[in-house]
Amino acid sequence: MVITAEDVHFSYPNNVEALKGVSLQIKDGEFVAIMGQNGAGKSTLVKHFNGLLKPSQGSVRVDGVETSKTSVAALARNVGFVFQNPDHQLFSETVEDEIAFALKNFGFEQEVIEKRITWALNLLSLTQYRKTSPFLLSGGERKRVALASVLAWDPQMLILDEPTIGQDHEQKEKLRQFIVQMQTQKKTVVTVTHDVEFVAECNPRVVLMKEGKIVADGPGKIILTNQQLLTESSIVLPQIAQIFTKLTSLGLPKDIIDIYEAKQAILQTKESKRR
Amino acid sequence: MSVFEGLRFRKVYSPIHSLDPRIKFIYVIVIFVIAIIFWQVIPLLILFFMQLPFVLLARVQKQWLRSLRGAAFLATFIFLLNILATYISSGFVLLAFDFERAFALTLRFVVLVESFSVFFLTTSPDHLGLALEETRVPYEFAFAFTTAVRFVPVLAEEAQTIMDAQKARGLELEKGSLLKRIRNYVPVLIPLIVSAIRRSLELAEAMESRAWGATKKRTNLYSLRLHRGDFALIAIIIGIIIVAAYVYIYFFASIPAITQFLQL
Repeated sequence: MVITAEDVHFSYPNNVEALKGVSLQIKDGEFVAIMGQNGAGKSTLVKHFNGLLKPSQGSVRVDGVETSKTSVAALARNVGFVFQNPDHQLFSETVEDEIAFALKNFGFEQEVIEKRITWALNLLSLTQYRKTSPFLLSGGERKRVALASVLAWDPQMLILDEPTIGQDHEQKEKLRQFIVQMQTQKKTVVTVTHDVEFVAECNPRVVLMKEGKIVADGPGKIILTNQQLLTESSIVLPQIAQIFTKLTSLGLPKDIIDIYEAKQAILQTKESKRR
Repeated sequence: MSVFEGLRFRKVYSPIHSLDPRIKFIYVIVIFVIAIIFWQVIPLLILFFMQLPFVLLARVQKQWLRSLRGAAFLATFIFLLNILATYISSGFVLLAFDFERAFALTLRFVVLVESFSVFFLTTSPDHLGLALEETRVPYEFAFAFTTAVRFVPVLAEEAQTIMDAQKARGLELEKGSLLKRIRNYVPVLIPLIVSAIRRSLELAEAMESRAWGATKKRTNLYSLRLHRGDFALIAIIIGIIIVAAYVYIYFFASIPAITQFLQL
């Protein structure tokens, strides 16, 4: 699943120009976090990936197919999109029906649907709610139902809009593991998020947006330790990076965002000091 | 959703925006009534063009055009339905005048839309609420009304998001027979209703936590007072009523049709 955006411009009907020439390529099996302050155009950009929005200028191609010439339904089969607010999609009487909705739309067989439901419920620890109404669940659980309802059809690419909001640490960790698992299956994950700590833990490719343009694109380790760049986008450095940028005088490296790496770096510096 | 866009208030300062909402509302109602009384093209055209100075003065041309564009579909529908109805009832004969009458009825609808659009585009919900309160409507009702008006665009935006979310799950709204197409909207309507209810509960909690209704006798920071512009508008309204009444009493039957001019 390769996505190529070339010089994409997009204006909303109220003449707000949300994208001002965005070029980006996302390859198979990549994990990309799109970051930036509110109104930077993150959500607008990802809505181009499954054809919900069509560029007013420039082009977006999914596996070589121009999105402006395809329907959302056709693209959605391969590009799953989980919206930020689960309440914008839940409508069924039971969690089970909710997950079956998309599967029915895509014309899966009844037996396959049953299997996929069981699989998706299990994956997001929702099995006990199979026959419950989604409206009776808590906010975090509803969010997981929405995620399950998309994962169930096993798309090649997954777009997650703010997936960590309202999730406790355990669920975030599960989400992270799940993303890693998707990557090993050569699947692409794109997430729009403000959760710096979550991004730091996953260490994906980070695309930083500002005022409808991409201002930085590269490994999380490099972008999330660039103080000036992040300040301009109203993003705070991950806590570990904050500590390490303040400790460079001790001979510690600057570009650390991961706990494991942090530990290694500290031990190494300690070793070299002793010698 | 563009119809809602045309009703959405944006804060601009203009002579029309600062008019008293009560007087503006009376103006809209007068236009409304006259548009209903007359069914000939010429008076309706006059009514249509009479709104233009207001639109230009208020500098809301763009939004106003958008709301008219939003109404275009329904207007076309009204026109075609009228043509069809006269065609069938007249024994399958169509005269040029039938077209004119269908056009007039469509124009009547357009006049109603445009005048209400001007009203809502130039009147803030706060002003509207104030106007209701000062006309002795109980505060609870005035508040409910302004909140409802204010949430229309929010709801329209939400409906769009919900449609996107369901399309992303493979829902095709425009697919299937008419019945199927109506049923396709169930996954859009249910989340919309549920979230509207949820939103209203949250709003109620937020309001109560900010002591809504704590004092029985409320005062307002702003109060409505008639200014020079309002008196000018009152004069205009009276003028319109006099002219309309005069024409209605003495010339109603002899208002010429356009087709007469063209000798058709």
